[in-house]
Amino acid sequence: MARYILFRLVSAIPVILGITVIVFLIMSLIPGDPAQAILGAYATPENVARINRDLGLDKPMVERYFIWLGNMLTGDFGRSFSLNRPVLDEILERFSATLVLASVSLLVCSLIGVAAGVVSAARQYGWADKTITFAVLIGISIPSFFLGMLMILLFAVKLRWLPVSGMFEIYGGRGPGDLLRHLVLPSVALAVVATGVVARLSRGAMLEVLRQDYIRTARAKGVGEGRVLWGHALRAAMVAILPILGLQAGFVLSGAVYIEVVFQWPGVGRMLVDAILKRDILLVQGAVTFVAGCYVLFNIVVDVAQAMIDPRIKA
Amino acid sequence: MPQISRRALLLSSIATGAVATLGLPRAAFADTPPGVLVVGQVAEPKSLDPHASTAANDFRIHANLYDGLLRFKDGTLEVEPALAEGYDVSDDGMTYTFHLREGVTFHDGSALDAEAVKFNFDRMLKDDHPYHDTGPFPLSFFFSSITDVAVVDPKTVAFTLSEPYAPFLTNLATPTGYIVSPAAVAQFGKDYGRNPSGTGPFHFKEWRANELVALEKNADYWDGAPGSDAIVFRPLTDANTRVAEMLAGGLDIMVEVPPVALGQFQNESYKVVEAAGPHLWFLILNCKSGPFADKRVRQAANYAINKPALVDNVLEGTAEVAAGPTPPAFAWAYNDQLSPYPYDPEKAKALLAEAGQPNPKVTFFVTEGGSGMLDPVAMGTAIQADLAAVGFEVTIQTYEWNTFLGEVNPGLEGKADMAEMAWMTNDPDTLPYLALRTEAWPDKGGFNSGYYSNTEVDALLDKARASTSQAERADLYKKMQAIVWDDAPWVFVANWKQNAIATAAVENLALQPSFLLTLRGVSKA
Repeated sequence: MARYILFRLVSAIPVILGITVIVFLIMSLIPGDPAQAILGAYATPENVARINRDLGLDKPMVERYFIWLGNMLTGDFGRSFSLNRPVLDEILERFSATLVLASVSLLVCSLIGVAAGVVSAARQYGWADKTITFAVLIGISIPSFFLGMLMILLFAVKLRWLPVSGMFEIYGGRGPGDLLRHLVLPSVALAVVATGVVARLSRGAMLEVLRQDYIRTARAKGVGEGRVLWGHALRAAMVAILPILGLQAGFVLSGAVYIEVVFQWPGVGRMLVDAILKRDILLVQGAVTFVAGCYVLFNIVVDVAQAMIDPRIKA
Repeated sequence: MPQISRRALLLSSIATGAVATLGLPRAAFADTPPGVLVVGQVAEPKSLDPHASTAANDFRIHANLYDGLLRFKDGTLEVEPALAEGYDVSDDGMTYTFHLREGVTFHDGSALDAEAVKFNFDRMLKDDHPYHDTGPFPLSFFFSSITDVAVVDPKTVAFTLSEPYAPFLTNLATPTGYIVSPAAVAQFGKDYGRNPSGTGPFHFKEWRANELVALEKNADYWDGAPGSDAIVFRPLTDANTRVAEMLAGGLDIMVEVPPVALGQFQNESYKVVEAAGPHLWFLILNCKSGPFADKRVRQAANYAINKPALVDNVLEGTAEVAAGPTPPAFAWAYNDQLSPYPYDPEKAKALLAEAGQPNPKVTFFVTEGGSGMLDPVAMGTAIQADLAAVGFEVTIQTYEWNTFLGEVNPGLEGKADMAEMAWMTNDPDTLPYLALRTEAWPDKGGFNSGYYSNTEVDALLDKARASTSQAERADLYKKMQAIVWDDAPWVFVANWKQNAIATAAVENLALQPSFLLTLRGVSKA
């Protein structure tokens, strides 16, 4: 097993190197450079040259790539010019905010989605099933950022039950209660589409299982319907549902970009959008490499876990 | 135990929800604390080092932390003494001597003296200065004509210029001319921008990344203590979210209100304040080749575009129709004899016929959005329709802002006949000097992307820059405006009015034509 883990880790190196090359090339080749973005209307050739010199962008591209890569290997991601602080500090701070939002959303969509799927399957074609199916259809169809705005209008502006934006109160607060209040709207808005998908696929998986002979046997033995559903059937259906939840994790992370903009959540998605518009090369490169690296690692962990459960996968 | 059916339970919970939704009083936890002004900004600031920033968004904070040697007089773009109590200009216009105010200290306790002033300009301008690496300083070229800053005595500092440069005084009143504490720069180095220290009415308290920047009252301010205990600036990038925060009571003041949202604030709970700024939104026309090489076609475009409709409908009254190259906010230098080209499609058609080009084909560069560009896509399409109505065939090409600047700044030749552009400046010299002189063609490092050239205009602008008399400069700028109006190298479209909204409790809020947000006198009832 140790050899397999080592093999997977080593094979991730070229992947990450490839990512650094791609993101470096993209940032070098897109039109509009940082000096232009900083100077705006004042971007005379002289001023641009002066800023590029100060930012170290006057060196040849290949040299810049290796300087960047070399620094990154020593843990120095450089300094963001648009935020005037170390890139790594910014990424770590922002990434943790995104993780909080995404994991709460994932939790919400897993719990509600699976529960809705089970109820729907248990009452196939009944009114509960029809209601849930209808709600799921709306949930899947509505763009999350639009739903987010509507929720802000109702719950924050009209009723003033919940805050409009941000992660904490600007004064006082900052406890878990404060964070939770700020999490409700964005995490629900972000979870809605994923919940729909999970509910729909859970329903399918449950229906599949409910047709099995052992379910009929269980019922015939007089096991209560609740136990049959939530104990016997759901346990078996989870084999098919779990990979879907894994997929939704990726979906929720990428969907967080829109939600972070609407709710001004200080996460990594909103940061990347700003950084690209400002042509903050080091911040974009660093953040993309960091997030991609995390994703690669996450995949390795999943693969290794699967290999531990099912030794055939290693072959 | 009474039986409750599942259906009854469901119905009753729905009913409870409905009652809760309609009947409960609004929880007002979003209200801002007393004595603290919460300001909704448009973005996270880049730096609180005023020399390192270029954005109006940052300047709104700097204006409350710092002072310059001079400042803009309330409601104007004319300068008055601030950290300097007075100044003398040598007869040749090359040496400026400033006499510093007594007893002013930075927030960190160090003294404001001539050495501190010299440090500020040397740091920006000298590559070998020990703290030059705390930059870059993008707008340091405002002061590139300075050859030497000399400490005459602790309270007197003299600037020597390489040539007479009239806008020098105005530039001292902009954030790039603000004076930062040398001791704080020495202490924090590259992180000075997050640990600022100035002489202004508020001192720095806290910066929580992507959440807020907080400033606290400087009770010892040399010009009187400010009216509020603290200011909190919140970065709210999304305009809809900013509006929602204002409506929900999370803000006291909100800047840059989107035109479409203004209607929601036209009631007694809010105050809307406006100020016309030194801003011009215009179309650069390619005067060198293509249809616009003919002055009559350029004038036809000026007549064909319905500017009042653009300003009223597309911009919802947040701008005024521009009459020429100089915005009226530069009151002393503005030629009020000029009136905007009227909307006259018949005259436009006649001019096109006279030029022998009834159906000129033009390529029009439009941007998706950018600094000062207002609503460029909607404006671009409205302009396209107006031009089409008199016979132009207009093809629009749209670019993201930085890509757009990369296309337009090197010149329109071979790419386009017309491009949107907007400028916001501090001095009536800046825009025409950088964008209308023959010496400012793109290949010479300027922004005259449409290759306008008129030797008379060149001579007027050179003379105005070298003059030390405001009256003489005013006269020269007015002549320049009349010539440029007639030559029509641009379509003069709009002057933006900066707007802001405050809750009814906020008192004394006014916007400045400099677009700096001065909150010293503002308080909350």
